[in-house]
Amino acid sequence: MEYFVQQLINGITLGSIYGLIAIGYTMVYGIIGMINFAHGDVFMVGSFIALLLFLLIGLTAATPLIIIVLAIIGVLLVAMALTAVWGWAVERLAYRPLRGSFRLAPLITAIGMSIVLSNMVQISQGARVKNLPPDIKDRLSGGFAVMEHDGFAAVVSYRQLIIVCVTIALMTLFTWIITSTPLGRAQRACEQDRTMAALTGVDVDRTISLTFVIGAALAAVAGVMFLVYYGAIDFYIGFVAGIKAFTAAVLGGIGSLPGAMLGGLLIGLIEVFWAGYVGSEYKDVAAFSILAIVLIFRPEGLLGRPEIEKV
Amino acid sequence: MAVTAARSGQAATEVRTGIGAAVADAAIAAVIAFFLAMPILTYKTVEQVTSLQVVSRWPQVLVGVAAVFVGRLALNLLWPHLSGVRERLAWIGTKLRDAFFAMGGWRTVYGVLIVVAVGCSIAGQLSHNRWLDLLAIGPLIIGMWRRSPMWLLLALALFFPFAPGATRYYVENFGILVLIYVMLGWGLNIVVGLAGLLDLGYVAFYAVGAYAYALLAQNFGLSFWICLPLAGILAAFWGVLLGFPVLRLRGDYLAIVTLAFGEIIRIVLINWQSLTGGPNGVSGIPRPTLFGLQFKAEGGFADYFGLQYTSLHRIIFLYYIILALALLTNWVTLRLRRLPVGRAWEALREDEIACRSLGINVTNTKLTAFATGAMFGGFAGAFFATKQGFISPESFTFWESAIILAIVVLGGMGSQIGVAVAALVMIGGTEVFREFETYRMLVFGLAMVGMMVWRPRGMVSGRVPSIALGEAHRIGGDLIEEGHG
Repeated sequence: MEYFVQQLINGITLGSIYGLIAIGYTMVYGIIGMINFAHGDVFMVGSFIALLLFLLIGLTAATPLIIIVLAIIGVLLVAMALTAVWGWAVERLAYRPLRGSFRLAPLITAIGMSIVLSNMVQISQGARVKNLPPDIKDRLSGGFAVMEHDGFAAVVSYRQLIIVCVTIALMTLFTWIITSTPLGRAQRACEQDRTMAALTGVDVDRTISLTFVIGAALAAVAGVMFLVYYGAIDFYIGFVAGIKAFTAAVLGGIGSLPGAMLGGLLIGLIEVFWAGYVGSEYKDVAAFSILAIVLIFRPEGLLGRPEIEKV
Repeated sequence: MAVTAARSGQAATEVRTGIGAAVADAAIAAVIAFFLAMPILTYKTVEQVTSLQVVSRWPQVLVGVAAVFVGRLALNLLWPHLSGVRERLAWIGTKLRDAFFAMGGWRTVYGVLIVVAVGCSIAGQLSHNRWLDLLAIGPLIIGMWRRSPMWLLLALALFFPFAPGATRYYVENFGILVLIYVMLGWGLNIVVGLAGLLDLGYVAFYAVGAYAYALLAQNFGLSFWICLPLAGILAAFWGVLLGFPVLRLRGDYLAIVTLAFGEIIRIVLINWQSLTGGPNGVSGIPRPTLFGLQFKAEGGFADYFGLQYTSLHRIIFLYYIILALALLTNWVTLRLRRLPVGRAWEALREDEIACRSLGINVTNTKLTAFATGAMFGGFAGAFFATKQGFISPESFTFWESAIILAIVVLGGMGSQIGVAVAALVMIGGTEVFREFETYRMLVFGLAMVGMMVWRPRGMVSGRVPSIALGEAHRIGGDLIEEGHG
């Protein structure tokens, strides 16, 4: 039972990270109907930016805890801002010139952009796994037991608590942005009909750019979380995490924001339970198979609406 | 007043004439470049004994940002004057083309090449047993008759192993490698270029072919020539198996699912140790034979024909096998394009909904394209296994799929000769410029983006309709508009 609860906690943490990335996929898909294949790599870039910022701040084992917490918040905000610039640049360079091109074109540039981003990081930072300095990692390592039996305790670590809290806070903020701000209204208008939205005075290009910026900022949050949680990153994390987050978006119903979060949680739980009870060799196969199964039997996902084809 | 100011400001940004506006725009570009580069390019993480350290690279980044500023400024200031330059360039281009055709066009090129080839052979510049280089003359004559550059490339490909200066290293690492990618590109071209299905997991079928040959040869002792069709059939079978459930999906979903399948196959290859040897791969894969003649020092090909034994014989033999396989792929593709199924593929690429309305069975049509492409991937895989003698899951990563897709995209989707040229430039180019290997994927990625933005129909963008009333005219890619599916 303790083992089960522990896996549940780990799964929810991982699921929060996937959910944050999945929002980026689902928003972009909703608004321009394309899979932003480079989104996983934007997440990876955000993670690297956070790592470099941590190293530049130069925390030591003697730094008081309050400074470390402040540093994490600061790194989070700066990484969000800088990654958002990357998200904007990707959209401006690779997707905007292709509005009105044939349907495979944006997908091909997305793959090109994904290759560019991961190779840029590989060349500029090296291909080896980068570890977060132990000084920062150890200070955050504590936790508290939620259930204890026969000497085995299910522990919620502070890191997991931070991740889940930040995710909940961001989701609330984000839902508010979509439902009650002018930007959210413009986004929903563009999602329904871009031409009509432009005719009624919505700046479509700006709205799409801002969608990418928000998506990239959320991916940066996920990147910081990933870095703090696992303590080790390399240039390849964006590829696998990207596919899993996309799977989450599809599972929840692409285009639907609560769906992305639900899908993220489910994928995180499935992955952790599969690794815990079946074996970790095939945990990626489990996630990828779910993608295929969902697309075959329920392409609209759990919370999505069936797509109507228009000529 | 305010309205006029706003309007003039807008005009300035649109035409980008004013110096001030140009400088401001360039400054914004430089600031954005600075923020993009800020931590990720400016600082590099370096592993030290105790922990990670950072090294700064400010000078390079600042130079880069300055270059962005200057480049953007120059572009802004010169843009209005560029049309004149472009006209001049176009004029020079027309003059050059006129001169080329005035001198006889391709016919002259072929003629010169025939004279050179015959001259080389007769003058004995090549050693006495290399009379085979005459085999380049056939395609040259056909090409001269039909005036088509395709035959020129074919003649060059046939002649290549006997060309002066083609050492073993070049034939193996340049010739064979380029042809493998030409074949893979042509195979994927059936799926992506003709049927318009984006397949990101093409490497899975390459892997199936390679492992099919390796395992059949190891466990049952079958020879390459028996396994080659088997590998193709198995890969096609996998194509049907994977394609059947997912081909009903929209184009971009299909791309992701094929990507996932590619990864699943790789993970299974790594983890199914008892069958595939896991990460250690399969080694000792037998070499192909020529009608039972092996390429070995004693009692092999060289002894039978009374030649001096060199390892070059085997390499040249491999070269002609892959050339034949690639040409087979091309020939089958060109033939299939004329059949109803091929025309259905192309119709499907242009507009899926129209196809469905006309009663084409969309799923079956997609499935045949998928399976045909997979079959050629399987052939190429079997050849790869026999050429290397050793395979491991390392060779079948997503990057391989991405390279093949880049070749197809850059060659112009659907154009056979474009794919061949793209494979030659991209694979051959990186083999020649070995020291830039690290930047290879970066350049591929940038090229994919640039190509889609500036020349979305690829380098060779014209298309000849597969079927036409009277004479088929080549039309520019920009005249073709694709519907949504």
